[in-house]
Amino acid sequence: MPLITYRDAIRDALREEMIRDDRVLILGEEVGVWGGTYAVTRNLHEEFGGKRVIDTPIAEAAIIGAAIGAAMGGLRPVAELMTINFSLEAMDQIVNNAAKIHYMFGGQIKVPLVIRTPAGWGQLGATHSQSFEAWFAHLPGLIVAMPGTPRDAKGLLKTAIRSENPVMFIEHARLYGLKGEVPEGEYTLPLGVSDIKRGGRDVTIVTYSRMLHVALGAAEELAKEGIECEVVDLRTLRPLDMGPAYESVKKTHRALVVEEDWTTCGMGAEIAARIGRDRFDHLDAPVERLGQVEVPVPYAKNLEALMFPDERMVADRVRKMLS
Amino acid sequence: MNVNRQEALEYMRKMVLIRRFEERAEEAYGQGRIGGFLHLYIGEEAIAVGAMAAMKPDDDVVTHYRDHGYILARGVDPKVVMAELYGKTTGVSKGKGGSMHLAAVDRHIWGGYAIVAGHIPLAVGLALANQYRNLPRVVTCFFGDGATNNGTFYSALNMAAVWKLPLVAIVENNLYGMGTAVERASAVSDIFKKAASFEIPAVQTDGNDLLGVRDTVRTMVEMARAGEGPQLIEARTYRFRGHSMGDPQRYRGKDEVEAAKERDPIVLWRRSLLESRLATEDDFRKIAEEVEAEVETAVRFAESSPDPDPSELCANVLVPG
Ligand SMILES: Cc1ncc(C[n+]2csc(CCOP(=O)(O)OP(=O)(O)O)c2C)c(N)n1
Ligand SMILES: [Mg+2]
Repeated sequence: MPLITYRDAIRDALREEMIRDDRVLILGEEVGVWGGTYAVTRNLHEEFGGKRVIDTPIAEAAIIGAAIGAAMGGLRPVAELMTINFSLEAMDQIVNNAAKIHYMFGGQIKVPLVIRTPAGWGQLGATHSQSFEAWFAHLPGLIVAMPGTPRDAKGLLKTAIRSENPVMFIEHARLYGLKGEVPEGEYTLPLGVSDIKRGGRDVTIVTYSRMLHVALGAAEELAKEGIECEVVDLRTLRPLDMGPAYESVKKTHRALVVEEDWTTCGMGAEIAARIGRDRFDHLDAPVERLGQVEVPVPYAKNLEALMFPDERMVADRVRKMLS
Repeated sequence: MNVNRQEALEYMRKMVLIRRFEERAEEAYGQGRIGGFLHLYIGEEAIAVGAMAAMKPDDDVVTHYRDHGYILARGVDPKVVMAELYGKTTGVSKGKGGSMHLAAVDRHIWGGYAIVAGHIPLAVGLALANQYRNLPRVVTCFFGDGATNNGTFYSALNMAAVWKLPLVAIVENNLYGMGTAVERASAVSDIFKKAASFEIPAVQTDGNDLLGVRDTVRTMVEMARAGEGPQLIEARTYRFRGHSMGDPQRYRGKDEVEAAKERDPIVLWRRSLLESRLATEDDFRKIAEEVEAEVETAVRFAESSPDPDPSELCANVLVPG
């Protein structure tokens, strides 16, 4: 299988779907002439023209609102929010329109919309380094995907574009350069299905997006000490497929959730509650959570370096859970 | 010219200071000493310097993220500004904010904000506080052409107009918002016309003409101070550098940038000072030397300052008590 980057895998998905279905169009800030601030949409404007790859003003509420309207009107828009931080400007459209319209009008109207947006950080300061996946996963009426590998990103995005429902597709700026194996030719992956990325018998690590790689790195280290972690990649946060994690916990009796977000009211809280309720009899210890420090993200490099879980922190937590 | 020799040289010194400060910051970025985003103001210096010269020292300022110019023009020590860019504990925001988040509240600089248009309502609120407290202070709010396409711009200015607040909005129209030319994103390219929907006074001015900016800002600020409500100024200018570091600038040609540099505000000011015999080449040489030393000191200070202590990570989340 060819090795391609997460960025190229996403671009390939967009391109293939645009060729396949001329109702698919892209709109967002700097997606056209610039080629996307993270170069995800590079060359698509040249290939498909300004009618299908549309540069918008800096007006997130109107971008998402218009994308919802276009979806209602028979198109399949893929709207890009330059970063997830700017989704806040569009929150009313996402929460009150995208996630409600199908229900509120008794199923008469469909909103087949994809909103692509990256989380991420890197000395960008407090307002530009956030991860709001739990806020979106809170919403009935919205599907939320957050892939961690090029293969998953491509397969899930293609499904998201073909979906009849609004999908929040959350990428990660620090993964765009990551290479991984991607099948040649046409394939799709189902939304709402978790995936075991590494087998193990001692501890279950439940994670997603960039933290998948941190967890896999920690698992590699721990394997040298004879500790075998099973790593479950959620891939989709709503609907949340707990099956593989539940199976895993039956075997390991211990679970750790690793997320990049703040843990308070985060994905880990939901996952811990579900495992605690549905696998109570199998647990030897409380479900543990690891996430970023509960402060806004600082600019200074040395302080920022203390913010996010790294491989060492994950490995230490696993050792502690086993001791 | 309505300017004395001392003022004229001071304006020149400030513009050159901002220019050299940013050139050194650009270098430091290349060396990995500054990270994240770094939005340079090079080419637009006359706006910050002209505007600050027109205001009183306790008039309030709220800005967007391209914000090195305002704080330096207000006279804050370049050392603590450079230290902020380096993420050092001696920086104006203790290294927690970085280039986009410079504040010096003792100088009435209420911060640079990185969410486009998100700071305009803050300026409205500061103006409300000034009006409420009967303080004779005017608030100036700086932002780009791109910000005027965002709904927040409209809702904020509408409110300021309804409440007749002492606010002057200064739109720096540098013809692009990132890579999007103003006419590709805005239904009107003459941004000042947008003010018509609030029926507030608005003018368009050459942002590279220092005295023009100063006098326009002075007029509008004094009208706002006199209780005539909010005002809007569109200062037309050009950004010589990329939007931030690492902008491939595929959206504009090199010749367009070169042509714009012929109207470099520093070159224009220098020419008018020579023509009016307010200054000589010697004066400019002296300014260049002084600024060089000042910026060098700022860089050394930033480099030798300590990183924030790890305990700072969890400080300032809430006011204690
Ligand atoms: C709400 C929001 N959307 C998008 C961005 C990303 N962004 C940062 S600066 C910028 C362009 C702003 O252009 P303009 O207002 O003209 O100011 P300039 O940078 O030209 O000074 C964009 C799109 C942002 N910071 N905030
Ligand atoms: Mg601009």
